[in-house]
Order: sequence, then C-alpha cells, then structure tokens
Amino acid sequence: MKVQVLSRNPDDYVRETKHDIQRVPRNYDPSLHPFEVSREYTRALNATKLERVFAKPFLASLDGHRDGVNCLAKHTRSLSTLLSGSCDGEVKVWNLTKHECVRTLQAHGGFVRGMVVRYCGNSFFTIGDDKTIKQWKMEAPGYGEEEEPLNTILGKTVFTGLDHHQKKGVFATCGQQVDIWDEQRSTPIRSFTWGVDSFSSVRFNPVETELLGSCASDRSIVLYDMRESTPLKKVIMTMRTNTLCWNPMEAYCFTCANEDYNLYTYDMRHLEKPIKVHMDHVSAVLDVDYSPTGQEFVSASFDKTIRIFSKDDGHSREVYHTKRMQHVICIKWSADNKYILSGSDEMNIRLWKANAAEKLGVLAPREREVVNYSQKLKEKFQHHPQIRRIARHRHLPKNIYHQKNELRIMKEARRRKEMNVRKHSKPGSVPVVSEKEKHVVSVVK
Amino acid sequence: MARVSRKNGNKNKLKGRCSVPLVGLGDQQLLYEEEEVSIDRVEEDIISSEEDEVEHERKRQKLLEGISTLGGKRKRAQGERSEAAVHMSEFSVNTDGGPGKVKLSDLIGSLEKSPAVPAKSRQQLKNLQRIKKTINSPLSKEETERIQRDMAFQKAASEVSRWDSIITQNQRAEQLLFPLSQEPAGPRPVERLVAGWNVQTPLEQEIFALLSANKQPFTDPILTPAEEASVRAMSLEEAKIRRAELQKARALQSYYEAKARRDRKIKSKKYHKVQIKAKRKEFLKHFEQMAKTDPAAALQELNKMELARMQERMSLKHQNSSKWAKSKAIMAKYDEEARKAMQQQLEMNRQLTQKLVTPLNDDYEQEEGDAGETDLLLDFVNDAVDGRDASNPWMKGKLTEEPTQKQLNDMTTEAAQVVSTVAAEEEELEAEETEEEALLREFDSNRRLHQAQESDIAGGVFLEEMTEDRAAAEDSEASDCLSEFTITSRGREKSFKDTEVFNCADFTDGSAQLDERLVRIRTVEDLELLHHDSSAEPRHPPTAKDPPSEEKHMGKSKKKKGIELKEVLTKETNVIKVPLTPTVTDSDDAESKLDQRELIKEAFAGDDVISSFLKDKRRQEDEGKPKVIDLTLPGWGEWGGMGLKPPKRKRKRFRVKSAPPPPRKDQHLPSVIISEKRNTSLSLHQVHSLPFPFEDHGQFESCIRSPLGRTWNTEETVKKWCHQTPEFGSPSWGPSLVPWLRRNC
Repeated sequence: MKVQVLSRNPDDYVRETKHDIQRVPRNYDPSLHPFEVSREYTRALNATKLERVFAKPFLASLDGHRDGVNCLAKHTRSLSTLLSGSCDGEVKVWNLTKHECVRTLQAHGGFVRGMVVRYCGNSFFTIGDDKTIKQWKMEAPGYGEEEEPLNTILGKTVFTGLDHHQKKGVFATCGQQVDIWDEQRSTPIRSFTWGVDSFSSVRFNPVETELLGSCASDRSIVLYDMRESTPLKKVIMTMRTNTLCWNPMEAYCFTCANEDYNLYTYDMRHLEKPIKVHMDHVSAVLDVDYSPTGQEFVSASFDKTIRIFSKDDGHSREVYHTKRMQHVICIKWSADNKYILSGSDEMNIRLWKANAAEKLGVLAPREREVVNYSQKLKEKFQHHPQIRRIARHRHLPKNIYHQKNELRIMKEARRRKEMNVRKHSKPGSVPVVSEKEKHVVSVVK
Repeated sequence: MARVSRKNGNKNKLKGRCSVPLVGLGDQQLLYEEEEVSIDRVEEDIISSEEDEVEHERKRQKLLEGISTLGGKRKRAQGERSEAAVHMSEFSVNTDGGPGKVKLSDLIGSLEKSPAVPAKSRQQLKNLQRIKKTINSPLSKEETERIQRDMAFQKAASEVSRWDSIITQNQRAEQLLFPLSQEPAGPRPVERLVAGWNVQTPLEQEIFALLSANKQPFTDPILTPAEEASVRAMSLEEAKIRRAELQKARALQSYYEAKARRDRKIKSKKYHKVQIKAKRKEFLKHFEQMAKTDPAAALQELNKMELARMQERMSLKHQNSSKWAKSKAIMAKYDEEARKAMQQQLEMNRQLTQKLVTPLNDDYEQEEGDAGETDLLLDFVNDAVDGRDASNPWMKGKLTEEPTQKQLNDMTTEAAQVVSTVAAEEEELEAEETEEEALLREFDSNRRLHQAQESDIAGGVFLEEMTEDRAAAEDSEASDCLSEFTITSRGREKSFKDTEVFNCADFTDGSAQLDERLVRIRTVEDLELLHHDSSAEPRHPPTAKDPPSEEKHMGKSKKKKGIELKEVLTKETNVIKVPLTPTVTDSDDAESKLDQRELIKEAFAGDDVISSFLKDKRRQEDEGKPKVIDLTLPGWGEWGGMGLKPPKRKRKRFRVKSAPPPPRKDQHLPSVIISEKRNTSLSLHQVHSLPFPFEDHGQFESCIRSPLGRTWNTEETVKKWCHQTPEFGSPSWGPSLVPWLRRNC
C-alpha cells in the first residue's frame, strides 16, 4: 500500500537566522482579501492621528545674544556650525549639536546687517552699520591672540545686504547701489545703479552663479548678470520686497518675501506675472529660505510665525510659533533638509524640525519601512475628509487666528464689491484681474 | 613789447578803417593781448617784415570772421583737429594753427604720388573724399542703455533656459536621491587628499616654506602657477569665439540703433502714410484672426478702436475746420488737386469716425440667424415626430417657441387624445396601469403648466430631470460594491464666471489650506474630539462657492411650483455630457443652439421615455420590498424518498416574513425615484469631489482600490512603492548639492 504524505520544503518556512523575520507564506489572491481598502483606510487614519500627536517641531533655543538677532549664516562645510549676528554688532558662532556658543566677537559698531560664509568654509564676511566690510577667519584666535578681522574694507555708504559667489572669490553687497567686489581689492570691480538709491538684499543664483537678484526700496526686484555692465531687468510690485531667495534646483526660479503678507515665486524669464502667490501670513514677510531639495521653502514673518510652503502650493503646509517668539527676522533651512533655524527679535535663535512629526536619530531599517509605508498611506487617503480634517488641523495663537479671519473677511468683501461693480457696469469695462497679476505694477526693460 | 606795440598799431589801423566801434571784437582782442604779453615778453627785438605781413593778413581774416559772426548767435567753438601751422615760429607756440582747415586731400596728397599704394585703397580714399556727410550723433544714453539691458537679459534668459529639460525631468521623477550625483567611488586623487592636510612638524614647515618660496606647487602637484596661468589663458579658438560674439553684439546694437534712427528721421509724409496704412492692414488681418481665436483680446482691441474713433470725433482733426482745410476750400473752386486733397481729407475723416461693424458682431448676428433657422427646422422636426409617437408628450415639445393660446388649447385636446390612445394601447396590461394613465395625465398637465409659465426653458429642464432620474436609477443599481470609498460625482451648478475666477485664485489652493484653529492637539483623545466636532457639522465646501448655487436653487424653486428635484433626489447623479438647451437663455451660447437638432434626436432615440421610467420605478419598489425567506429544509425530520415535499405546516412555520419597510419617500412623487440605498452616515467619510491630479472617477477609484501594504503585495513591490520622497542620503553643502548643475567649474 502506498501512503501519500504531505511534504513541505523547509526552505519555504524556516528562517535562516533568528534575526530574520518569520517567513509567512501568503496568498496574494485579491479575492481572498475583500476588506483591503477599509483596512488600509483605518491604518491611514491611525497614522494621521499619530502624526498629529507626535508633531513637536520645536527642538531648542540658542540664547546668548544681547540684542535682536539680525542675520544668520549657514556654514558651507559643517552642518553643526551656525553663525549669527545681532543688532548690537556682535557675531556668535554656535555649535548646534551641543546647543552652545563657541565664539563671540564684536564685529561692528551698529547692526550686523549681513553675514556670509565663504564657499571654502575657512572665513566669513560681515557687513555692518559702520560702513565696513570685514572678513574673519572661521577658526577662533589662539590663546593670547587678538580677535581681528583678516581684512577690512571701508565703504562710502552703509551696506545692507551681502552674498558670496558660489565658487569664486567674489562677493556682492548692496546699499545705495549693488556692488560686486573682488576679495583681493578694496574697491568694487563693478557697481550697478538703476535709478534706485537703496537696496535691502542681494542674492547670487546658486546654479547660474553669475546671476544676481536684489530687492530695492522702490518696490522693485532687479536682476543682474555679473559679467554685464548693466542690470538685466526689473519688476515693480505694489509693495516692497524684503528679501529674495533663488531655488537651488531650478535655475530660473526665485521666491521673494513681500511686505503685503505674501510671497511670490517668479520665473526670471517671465517677470510679468509670478508663477505662484503664496499667502497665509498675516503680517509682512521678512525672510525666506529654500530647502536644499528645492521643493519647499520656509518664511519668517513679522506676525511672529514661521511657515513652510511647498513651492507649488499657494498655502502653507505648516505653521510654527511659540509663546515667546517675537517677530522673526531671519530664517535658514539647514543643508541636510532636516532642520530650520530662526532668529527673532527677542534675542533667541530657535531650532525647529522641518518635518514636525519626524523621528530624530537613526532609524532601524524596519522602522524606516513602517514610516515610509504610513507616509504612503497618508498620501493615498489624503483626500478623504476625515483624514484631511485631522492632517490639516493646526493650533494658532488667538491674535493671529483673529487677524487671519479679519483678513479673510476683508478680502471677501473686496471681492464682493468688485463683483458688484462688474455686474452693474458695462460688460468688459471692469476686467477680471487674477490674483497673480494684481500685484505686479510693471516690468521695466 | 615790440609785438604788442605792433598789435596796438594794427588795432589802431583797424579802428581807422572801420570807424564803427566793435565791442565784441575789442574784447577778444584785449584778451588776446594779455596772453601775448605774458608769453612773448622775451622776443622783443626779433621782427621780420615778412612775418609782419602774414600777421597782418591773419588779423584781417580774423576781423572778417568776427564781423560775419556778429549778426547771429555766437557759435560754440567746434573742437577741430588741425595740423601745425605752415609757418612755425621756433620761438613760440602758435595757437591758431595754419591758414585754413586741414583737409583729407592735404593728408593723402603724398599717397597718390607714391607707387607703393595699391589702386584699391586709392579708390577707397577717393570715395571717402567724395562723401561729405557728417557722422551721425550717437543715440541718447538712456536708449543705448535700454538696448544693452535688453540684449543682456535675452542672453541671460537663453542661458538659463538650458536647464529646462533637466528641471522638468527632475520634477517628473518619482524619487530624487540627494545629493543628485555622488562622488565616484574609488581612490581619490592625491591632490584632493593633500588639500585637507596641515603642516605640523618644523621639518615639514621648512620644506613647505622652500616650496612656496620657489613657487612650486604643493597642494596640486601637477601644475606650477605659471603653467596654470597659461592653461587659464584663453586659447586661440576661445578668443576667436569671444571676438565673434562681441562683434555680433556690436553689430546687433548698431543695427538697432540705425533702425531706430532711420525710422525717426524719415520726413516723407507719404512714407509715413504708407507705413500707417500697412500697419492698419496688418492690424486688421491680425484682428480678424484674433476675433476667431481670442475674442476677449479682440474685444479689448475693439474698445481701443472705439476710443480712437471718439478721440477723432472730439478733435475734428480731419474735418474742414483747420487752417489748411479752409485755404484748400477756397482753392478748391479753381484747382483740381486741392479739391482732390480735400476729398481725401474728408474721406479720411469718414473712415476714422465710422462706427466699426466688427467681425465679432457679424458673427453674432450670423449665429442668431442660424439659430433662427435651426428653430424653424426644429419645429418641423417636432411636427414630424408628432405623428409618429403620440404617446410621448416630450416628442412634440415646442422648445423655443412661446405657445400661443390657441396652441395651448390644441395641446389640451391633444393631451386628452393622448391619454385615450394610451389607454387603448395598453389594454392588455393589468389594472395597475390605470395608475399610469393618471400619472401620464399629471405629466401632461405639468407640462402644460410649464409651457404656460416659461417659454422655452421648460422642455430643456424637464428633459434634464428625466435623464438625471434615469441615470440615478441605473446608478443605484450598478453601484453597490465599494460604495464606501467610491466617490460620488456631483453635478455642480454652473456658477458665475467671476466667482470661478476667484475660486481659481483662492480655492483651488484652498484644498491644500491648513485648518488653523485655536485648539491644540496633545493626545489621540483630542483627535477623537476633533473628529466628532467635524462629524457633527460636516465641513461645507468653501462658503464663497455656496451662495450662487443657493441663489440658483431659489430661482428654480420660484420658477417651478412643483417639487424641486434637487431637494428631493438626494442620490448624487452622474452628469451626462449632452449639451442641452440652456436653462438660462444665453444668446452668446450659439453652439448649443446649433446642436439642438442632434440633441433632440439623441435624447429621444426611438424610445418611450415615460413608460420606461415608470417601469424602472416599479422595479425599484419591488426590489425594496422585503422578501419572504423560506427556511424549510426538505427531508429534515422526516423519512426521505423520491418526490418528497415538506408538509404545509412546516412550510408555513419556516417561512419568515420580515416587517414591511418604512414607506418609500417617493411614493407620492410620480416623476421621481428616490433611492433608499444611500447611507447618509457614510457620506461623511466619502470623497465628494474629484481630487486634483485625477482626471476621471475610474482613475481615482482604481488608485484607492489597489492596496499598498505587504499583506497584499510582495516584498519587492512594497519596496518599490514605499520609498521616501525626496530621499536625502547624506548632508549637502549648499551649492555642491547640485554638482550636476555646475558646468564650467
């Protein structure tokens, strides 16, 4: 008699070491899994809830300045180093991992207006209200040595903005005009003027490194090419632009922070109309910085909040605030895309997470997988109302909340009035002007 | 001093000759004297008679020049280049140059004699001599700068545009890994390793001091500074390219300048006339095109033209009131040409002040005409249909014509006939069908009411309702699986154009907007509370969207006294994309009118709408009724065998009758089917509008339906799907993040 027995290959169900996961044979036949959608929905809902519960973006506050923090600079070579300049002319170098100040120097007489680290990371430049540009060594002076700048340039006027070229010994300042300086010379190698007498910021394009953008007090944004003798073009907006920041991944895009509570993303080839208007702040936007991936940027505002925008979205993805943080003057996105640094009026520098609910530190591979999976789930079900409701909930301080409502009402009223005017006037005489076009006054060639 | 005295003598002579006091000249002379005094004090004794004569001659010349300039304004002394004087004094520098201006012929006189000069250049020189034009003055500074800026910008823009392909590629990529291009693995070149290394021991220091003193390389052991400099220096080809570029730029600039200058300078009126005419022609052509493609812009242009016309009328520029016109009018009697000119002028005026009959208006009128035609045709069609199917009152609707009283009367009689015919035809049906008749009658009366109330709208609206009903019925049948997560389409009301625009600006983004509240979330319980809050009052789509649709509702309910479909029919319906007669008469919307014929055909594609609707409804009702469940098990508790039947007692006992369902909502609504299948508690969890990147419902549903987790997918697939976006491998250092972006390091 022949006896038939079930026989299985142990390779199919025995794990090789005890550190492996148990092998679970699965049948992926979809007809056997009728409730897959509802199960995933529940998972997504739970993941969203946990994300909101774990959303604690504030990490640390670096305190030590004796006046408002006016400018920040990222180190170009070291992630853990941060430089900050305050309104009393003091510059501090911070170690971010230890949350402590490693060096303090009295750089200028008045405000430190701008600061930038040279691309090699060995020295940095500061400008101040005392009409000087100073170059400092990154290393602290040895014992007994005096704290002295490597180089000092006396200017004729006050400088208000500073930026360094990405790979040449050339930097740009702005004040009454935009100057391009060679590090070796004490006079600018080129200066640009175009009917404006005060600029607030100047930035080099990180990709097309010879291009510059600057914001002027006549509400205009002016573009330059370092190689040309004249500016390229300017666009005049309804309100003044405070700073601008180029997208590090898109050579022709830049975002500017405006006084009218909005941020505008422009394509430098088509200045007639911004690509996107980013609204949400309830007061003037003072600074903006792109994430190194070029997908998002962070903005600092006079309304005491920090907001994170996606470059393609008109509204913010995140809002950060604390009780004690006053007007945020400067903001930086760290080079590893994980942190945000903000300097504010009340003398503190704050360290935030770029993703509020992200777990810090090294993740085990399986942990990483879970995080990725839940991320995907959240993405997949993001349009379902219950999930969306939870994912979008944010707490706002009372005054900002009310201000926001007020602004909304004002806007709605304006819109209604315009509609009524249009309705009661000759067709075509009151044209529909889109939000994007509304804020651009003219483009000057 | 002798010279001075001589001059004084001269002056006296002059004064003697022309007794007129020459004030200006005298001043000049005086000045001159002083200079001379200061310079020529040394040479007192040297006087030659020849020189004296020459001097004399020169003075005379000067005097004549002075007199000639007296009348006009004093000319600015022109900067003039001149050769040294023919007669040079070896003791003094003669400021006035020679006797006359230096001419080209003076300079090249020697050239012609020498045989070494080629004939070609001789010819060129001759040509040069012939040309007597002065060189053009350059354009103004502002203009030049603008041209320069423009050119620089275009150059920069084209340079930047080179990234386009890379950027779009990155945007479309599913996942970006940063840094985008990593350093190649393997041993690094020595020089890079050495760069980070510091000198420490005294020996090393000495060595490096020596090296640096001799300008020998130590960080980059390949090239000395001199070599580097030579490398860095431009190669010949580069220099050529650069030169060519510069040349091109210069040529372009000069071209622009020349063009601008030419245009500005041309005085010919005829040329300008022709130019203007050509421009106008071009514009008209362009305008016609624009009227077809972009009517909004065309309208603007039209407005501009209108404005120009008004200005012309206001200014009366080409009327016969100007000085010129008056003079011509006098001349016109005798002179043929003057008459012609006047006529031309008047013609011009007529042209300019003529009110434009625009192509847009033409189109519009034409379309109206077309619409009228279609209307006529429509009636004809309807009449034909009339005879074919009498039972269907929809088939004989006069859609666009207002029914007169007579017609109405006709209708009523007709309706009566219809009812009777229906009754005759459906005799074989059971007694329930009488209900149907009643319904039909109601329909008909409804219809008549409608026609009385509104002229052309009713048909369209009703038609729409009908189709919607049917769609709803079908829908409710079809969709039962996956109902939780399928999205329900909602036929949105066409809102006002401007609100749409506003929404575009605000609420398209609004979908991504944060929901900022005063509540802080700390635990999951808070979230639950939040959850309930929202479920208590489900968030409406943005408030700004609502009012127009509400208004519309109001309007509709005012129009119809009957039951409002939208209020009663809670089941969402599919939008059928068949252009119907517009519910609001929109004279601009000519296309829909044109399509009406096809539309009607399509709508009544040879079927009886009402009866099928009623059948549908009955079927729905039947489905909703509870069914008797028979739980008898034949053979249970009994002896089995062939042809066994459970006894009646058992059958009765094991038949379960469930309680009758609550009365249907649509039982008193003849023209409506209300689906009872909809579960309102689910709607809170459902997606109500199609989210952005998806183009149709099927796409979205399939996206939701495919699971992501490893319970349903193999490990490989899960890994492929669930990755971080964007992944950030190692920290990036500012610009070096984009090494792929750096071309010319």
